[in-house]
Amino acid sequence: MEPLLIEGTPKTPSIRFEADQGLIEIKGRSIPENSIEFYKPLVDWLDKYGEGPSTLTKVNIQLEYFNTSSSKCILDVFKKLETIHKAKHEVIINWYYEEDDEDMLEAGEDYESIIRVPFKMIEIVD
Amino acid sequence: MSFNVDEFYEMLKNGDVVVSYKGTITTEMINNTLESIESLMEGGEEGGKIRKKVYNVLVEGLQNLYHHADELPEDLKGKLEPKFGILVIARQNNGYKITTGNFINSSKIKFLKDKIDKINSLSEEELKDMYKFILNHQKLSAKGGGGLGLVDIARKTGNKLDYSFQNYNNDFYFYNLIITVT
Repeated sequence: MEPLLIEGTPKTPSIRFEADQGLIEIKGRSIPENSIEFYKPLVDWLDKYGEGPSTLTKVNIQLEYFNTSSSKCILDVFKKLETIHKAKHEVIINWYYEEDDEDMLEAGEDYESIIRVPFKMIEIVD
Repeated sequence: MSFNVDEFYEMLKNGDVVVSYKGTITTEMINNTLESIESLMEGGEEGGKIRKKVYNVLVEGLQNLYHHADELPEDLKGKLEPKFGILVIARQNNGYKITTGNFINSSKIKFLKDKIDKINSLSEEELKDMYKFILNHQKLSAKGGGGLGLVDIARKTGNKLDYSFQNYNNDFYFYNLIITVT
């Protein structure tokens, strides 16, 4: 399966989805006015990936900012991962947040309470 | 005396204003505003925490304007730019005050007022539950908004939302939202 690689912009995150490594990475800022447009290919890719996922899918989410419009799309991404996890494939979501960024930690905990996939909260220390 | 948006804007600009804007709310305007507030705060004395909060809240406030500032009273069409909104960011005490404004059809006031009053009545924990409920149960609208913006602003600032509706005519009011980040 072709990897999905998208470079980051000031308003959209960088994307690195690699099926053969079971690696899903979203990094940077996610604050577009219309987030559905940006996230649709990601969700579609995960749909396909879910048909034959890696034994372990490692998800790295490292966002500096995200808007509420993106927050729903990120939930959609996590729901796809939850489906993969439910089908007895191992999935781990690493949620990175900058030192002292309690809001970002809390955002990760919100998702953790909604999505039935193991989360790991990782503080980035400068 | 009827409401005059220019006078209102000038009045808002009292104080230690760092950014002010009156006109069309476009993606470019949003990008430029975010860029300037970021570089402005980079040199400021406030810590990273408040910088992040201001940035986050500003993103939501501007995107609310972008998605909702789409109606103008008939007699102002042609006089004001389409998608007209105002933004004033001022330093205040140890934080920032962010004011946004746009015209709103009278029919939408009750919904909006009830929503803000509801948000203001909730505790931190209740706001968190409300946020999670909307996140998990409501679809994104075609406009891209999900009804989460105001909840998120209240949650991130930890302050009550202040607002006013200035009567313009029978059909239109000017909606003014005041966000305090401390």
